[in-house]
Amino acid sequence: MPDVETVAGETTEQASRKERYFLRFTRSQRVLHAVLFTTFLGLAATGLPLRFSSTPWAVWSAQQVGGFGAIIFFHKLCALILTLAFLIHFKEVMMRGLAHKEKGIFWGPTSMVANWQDAKDLFGHFRWFLGLGPKPQFERYAYWEKFDYWAVFWGMVVIGFSGYAMWFAPFFARFLPGWALNAVLVVHGEEGLLAILFIFSIHFVNTHLRPDSFPMDMVIFTGVESEGEFRSKRRHEYERLAAEGKLESKTAPAPEAWLIKFSRIVGFTAIAIGLVLLVLTLSAMFL
Amino acid sequence: MPEAALEVGSLIAVPVRWVVCLVRWGFPFPEDVTQDCAVLVSGVGSLIRIGAGLRSGIVSVCIAVLALAVAPGVLHAQTDCLACHAEKSMQDAAGHSIAVDGQKFKASMHGSLKCGACHADIKAYPHPDHVAPVQCKSCHTGQASDLEGSVHAGASQHPCTSCHGDAHSIFPRTDARSAIYPLNIAQTCSTCHGSDVVSKKHGLSNVAQPYVDSIHGMALARDGLLVAANCTSCHGSHRILNHRDPASSTFKANIPKTCGSCHAGIAEQYERGVHGRALAAGKSAAPVCTDCHTTHSILKPDDAEFQLRTAPFCGSCHKAQFTTYRDTFHSQLSVLGGYVETARCWDCHGAHQVLPASDPASPVAPANLVTTCGQCHQGANPRFVQYQPHANAHVFKLSPALYLVRMFMNILLISVLTFFAIHTLMWLIRSRYEQVRKKKAEGGKNA
Repeated sequence: MPDVETVAGETTEQASRKERYFLRFTRSQRVLHAVLFTTFLGLAATGLPLRFSSTPWAVWSAQQVGGFGAIIFFHKLCALILTLAFLIHFKEVMMRGLAHKEKGIFWGPTSMVANWQDAKDLFGHFRWFLGLGPKPQFERYAYWEKFDYWAVFWGMVVIGFSGYAMWFAPFFARFLPGWALNAVLVVHGEEGLLAILFIFSIHFVNTHLRPDSFPMDMVIFTGVESEGEFRSKRRHEYERLAAEGKLESKTAPAPEAWLIKFSRIVGFTAIAIGLVLLVLTLSAMFL
Repeated sequence: MPEAALEVGSLIAVPVRWVVCLVRWGFPFPEDVTQDCAVLVSGVGSLIRIGAGLRSGIVSVCIAVLALAVAPGVLHAQTDCLACHAEKSMQDAAGHSIAVDGQKFKASMHGSLKCGACHADIKAYPHPDHVAPVQCKSCHTGQASDLEGSVHAGASQHPCTSCHGDAHSIFPRTDARSAIYPLNIAQTCSTCHGSDVVSKKHGLSNVAQPYVDSIHGMALARDGLLVAANCTSCHGSHRILNHRDPASSTFKANIPKTCGSCHAGIAEQYERGVHGRALAAGKSAAPVCTDCHTTHSILKPDDAEFQLRTAPFCGSCHKAQFTTYRDTFHSQLSVLGGYVETARCWDCHGAHQVLPASDPASPVAPANLVTTCGQCHQGANPRFVQYQPHANAHVFKLSPALYLVRMFMNILLISVLTFFAIHTLMWLIRSRYEQVRKKKAEGGKNA
């Protein structure tokens, strides 16, 4: 396995000098992802000790930071930042889709909204897994990326609402039934757990750790993708842009060395923290 | 004739002794003047009888009167013993000190007694070969019989002096010099009960340090608060019984009364509550003061340790309530420690006067919930207190809506994760297979 990594790394770096690069994520999208994963790690790290409060590591970590008071402070702080990021993103999507009538936001190949093609891609992907068909090619957002997006979207609405309902329980009690005050904790905890398990295992593997991207897909950090990677990972988008004659307008300069280094440090740190939390979560659930 | 000679000799010996006493300890030792005088008188009598042939009886009488006239007005018979026993290095055959500090003894509780009052079998010098141990019970009969029935029975192992200190310097318990003065008791009892060796031997725990660190111990040691509970306040003094003995002040059923001797108000509340009533009805499982507050440590209710151990203790009887409590946010906060502002059993149900929700005086009676919850939750309102602090999400009949929400969330979690686990695992295998095949085709290295 290490051999493959080195070889892959070398070839990518050698190729990078000649290859063209294409912009995939704007700066604001990358910042949004950075804010999202930073606050998510913060929320997970402070939420898990509460969810599994009787485990030794929960008690230990609570003691390290000064007890529950400190934990809930950071949890709420991260929640506020994430809420803000969510609202900014939501406003931006609405502005682009509704106010500016930008095409491809709500429908079409560049939209995050699921369509029939995604179902066919999922089916085709499974056929390929089993060796029953060709490897399907994808558009700008593949079905698992759309799932990631909507899972986070739904998750933030559900976890956010239930979280705020607990934070401001007397206020929410004015229009929620009594049992809902009990339910919000269950919902918050279970949905949080789902998010943590999903992100730290499925998202990590799908996006970063699978052989095609191992050990990390840098595009969300650098914003650009090499032509080779672009073509192999999203051939339909590449071909569509080429056919539309828009390929040239998407070219971008190769990422600078410091940015790659910085992104690696940040990205690996995030993945490492995530994996530690995943192990702790699984141990608390099954041990 | 030799006896008469001895008595005449006392005419010299007694004044010499007076002089010695005067020099060494000073006077007065007044109460034994009569005894010394009697010795002198008998000495004078002997002198008269012996000297009848030499001098006239009148002269002899005059000498005797003169001797009495010049004698100091303050005299003492303890000085007889102290003439020897004042020597600080004095030891018996076994090597035990038999020295007595006359001045200290004088000031002590027994200072007015003659030595013979306790050392009854020592009447003359030389002393008998075997001297019987002093029997305090010859005077202190009540205390002795109490002690005999107690855990400290057996005078050889637990002589009176082990608690009251040196026999010749026993002071009343109101005197700061006393070993049983409230501020000194803990130290006195710790001589044995602060020793790991002694504790282990008797199967006891070493309770000295926990007590010293407790609010009772702190009040005594730091503030010198005489009314703070010391060892004897709870255990008694002479009649200390094992806590399993129903007559013991530390027997479970007697604990509220024992603690209530100081904490009368709390004891009264406790007696009104369900636990006090259960205990009074003979239900020995009902919790008493020490179950929550502990015995020697007396954990402070706002200490994390108290909070962490006490809710599970309530749960040792109230199992279902504790299980459902554990599912709540209150409990999640509770077990992490370090943050005390979360509702634990007693915060809602009351600590001492625990009453059922059906009792209008109970803090968890429906009419009182807004107030009770409002202690922490500002803005608590009638709808807010519909929250179920003991909701059971695992039984449909008990909380159907909550049960369904939980089921939905669980199904969502399991199905999403199962689907993607299969999907991603297959993808991993397939991608790896492709990668290896491609590398092979290129003739390069592969894993």
